[in-house]
Amino acid sequence: MDHEEFLQIGEQERRRQAEYRHHIHVCMAAGCLSSQSDKIKTALETEVEAHGESGHCLVKGVGCMGLCGNGPLVAVPSEDVLYQGVTTEDAPDIVKNLGKGPIRHKHCPTDIPFFKSQHKIVLENCGRIDPERIEDYMAVGGYQAFMRVLTELMPIGVINEVTRSGLRGRGGAGYPTGLKLSTVARSEGTTKYVVCNGDEGDPGAFMDRSVMEGDPHRVIEGMAIAAYAVGAHHGYIYVRAEYPLAIERLNKAIRQAQKAGILGQNIFGTNFDFSLEIRLGAGAFVCGEETALLASIEGRRGSPRPRPPYPAAKGLWGCPTLINNVETFANVPAILRNGGDWFAKIGTKKSKGTKVFALSGKVKNIGLIEVPMGITLEEIIYDMGGGIPDGRRFKAVQTGGPSGGCIPADHLGTSVDYESLSELGSIMGSGGMIVMDDGSSMVEVARYFMEFCMSESCGKCVPCRVGTALMYDLLTKIAQGHANQSDLQQLETLCDMVRSTSLCGLGQSAPNPVMSTLRFFREEYLEKLADTELVKE
Amino acid sequence: MVKTLRIDDQDVSAGTDDTILQVAQDNAIFIPTLCNLEGLKPVGACRLCLVEVEGYRGLAPACVTRVEEGMQIYTQSERLQTYRRMILEMLFVEGNHVCAVCVSNGTCELQALAQRLGMDHSHLEYRNPAKSVDVSHYRFGVDHNRCILCARCVRVCDEIEGAHTWDLLGRGIQSQVITDLNRPWGESKTCTSCGKCVQVCPTGALFKKSKAVAEMEKEHEFLPYLNTIREVRSNG
Ligand SMILES: Cc1cc2nc3c(=O)[nH]c(=O)nc-3n(C[C@H](O)[C@H](O)[C@H](O)COP(=O)(O)O)c2cc1C
Ligand code: SF4
Ligand code: FES
Repeated sequence: MDHEEFLQIGEQERRRQAEYRHHIHVCMAAGCLSSQSDKIKTALETEVEAHGESGHCLVKGVGCMGLCGNGPLVAVPSEDVLYQGVTTEDAPDIVKNLGKGPIRHKHCPTDIPFFKSQHKIVLENCGRIDPERIEDYMAVGGYQAFMRVLTELMPIGVINEVTRSGLRGRGGAGYPTGLKLSTVARSEGTTKYVVCNGDEGDPGAFMDRSVMEGDPHRVIEGMAIAAYAVGAHHGYIYVRAEYPLAIERLNKAIRQAQKAGILGQNIFGTNFDFSLEIRLGAGAFVCGEETALLASIEGRRGSPRPRPPYPAAKGLWGCPTLINNVETFANVPAILRNGGDWFAKIGTKKSKGTKVFALSGKVKNIGLIEVPMGITLEEIIYDMGGGIPDGRRFKAVQTGGPSGGCIPADHLGTSVDYESLSELGSIMGSGGMIVMDDGSSMVEVARYFMEFCMSESCGKCVPCRVGTALMYDLLTKIAQGHANQSDLQQLETLCDMVRSTSLCGLGQSAPNPVMSTLRFFREEYLEKLADTELVKE
Repeated sequence: MVKTLRIDDQDVSAGTDDTILQVAQDNAIFIPTLCNLEGLKPVGACRLCLVEVEGYRGLAPACVTRVEEGMQIYTQSERLQTYRRMILEMLFVEGNHVCAVCVSNGTCELQALAQRLGMDHSHLEYRNPAKSVDVSHYRFGVDHNRCILCARCVRVCDEIEGAHTWDLLGRGIQSQVITDLNRPWGESKTCTSCGKCVQVCPTGALFKKSKAVAEMEKEHEFLPYLNTIREVRSNG
């Protein structure tokens, strides 16, 4: 496909869509689908047809619109209207009211901070385009960055642009993406690979899932651009098998891209080849760790190995491999389209761009948000999240899942960036954000995450395998009121030891939830000790 | 090319591709190891060999970390000794190690290391897990109570014998070594009964039948290319 043909597809699609007077978007992402949004879409289509409006009204399945807690969501973007808690019975009313203002009882205001405070880059198409049609992605400028990169830029130019943007890995650790690209590009070897980490194993996280389900072509475009930059010709997307919809849509997207000549050989008439395959993970948290993930792709047991050598030097089958998170790749097309400087203007000094969070727990508005780095936790929880429901009080917010920590009310003014969060003993993590009210016990929270780490530990290294089990036992003893001061002391000793000696990030960060709750909520532990009184006297 | 570096207060030289452990051993500097066995691929799993390297953010496993020019390594700090004793304690409380009735009493690497590193009792709670014993093989047995999951048997069977009879099942604290697809050892279709696994096992987990307490001596000449049992005690 040449330049012109390619641009025409997008143009044709835009014209096709413009012919419709009304547009109705039905969320077809996992959350809304689980409350039968597919049936709602069918009901709307039937209704539109019954009114003889098929030629004037386009009913489109789209990705996540964000406010998952209030789903199923239906939008009428042509009138800037959003409906929440929609059922199939609402279909006639929705269609009848097209062009006449929203139906009251299902109307969801969109001028609230939950929507207004967002800054969408990664999610810019999510909820707007049909993830199952490549034309729709092209209609909003999709794959143009890739085409421009292939025809106008040298690989080093791509790397420089990403480096200038200041983009850091969204998978948790925040490693500078430009630096990783340039390391892989410089690594010796004729065969190189690009791998997308879509394992997303943190409990409560659904950011990467939403991107893969809502805008799969974006992930592919990001990977293709990165592949060109590092000189790779083959890539893998590693997705957990528990995400069947993401897998289906990615597969469909890959086939469409192949058919359109965007994947394959001599892409856009250049001499660049790139092909892409999906690999399924069996849902082990540790398979999100990069070396375990690569072992799993190779068909071996998914356990981590010591680094160095890093995957950038020795990855898949011993070849230099670029491995990045879904959200990291999803940022790349926008950076190449708008320039690294544009991206670097968003966020803080050291944390650029935006971050997608899955906001959940004891907060009024539950869902997916994309916010600029540097926003405070308070703004997220109170303004966007709408505060704590049922008249209860805020107690803590958990970020980073089993590798992160709990941040108390005193620190709600903290800016959301890699450094500030880790100073508080938590981490940015991949984007889980769980709000807890005064009804939750911090010892229980720590125990929950330790149980998770214990059962997800791969068992290869001693400190993590045995240490997580011992810490879990101690936390249980404390929760049950059978522990005393020496047990607490031992728990802290184990935290330090497991953190310092474990082989991979799972074990190294497993103590974080305990250490951070001990730091901010120590009295809750002390209250539960059998010999606390004794010591006070 | 040769590299020069410093281990504790000793200046040493090393080959470019040497690991810290190799250099230390060449210079009679003792770093405890357990999962590592010369001749098998290192896995860096037991974490006993962790050392401090100046300028490194975390601790480095000596068995897999390559030397660099000018490195300053510390192998004996109090912190390291504490961690090492804790690792041994963890291994003891994770399984059921009763030396007094063990075939490997006196020849066990775990026991020898505990003695050498001064781990004379455990501060950690014994977990007393229920573990099984498989004596279905006509010559050998496996007692999971004594297995420390170093995966030496898995590696020797795969890398040296080429049979890949052994593997790991499950994860975390539930991990276990298995033969074939978790079939009794005696029914294994792949096992060649070569006995290499028994020779490399650091404890009494894999043993020859008909051995009574303390009788399970390793045969040093059995695998001449593997440094089968490091004489932990004589080394110090
Ligand atoms: C236990 C563990 C689980 C992880 N899970 C994920 C995951 O689900 N998704 C992910 O992108 N990165 C995960 N990571 C981080 C990866 O190892 C790796 O750093 C990341 O994929 C690099 O991509 P980035 O630079 O784009 O963040 C995990 C790390 C550890 C230690
Ligand atoms: S830290 Fe845990 S998950 Fe990582 S290698 Fe060790 S046992 Fe496996
Ligand atoms: S000997 Fe190095 S980790 Fe076990």
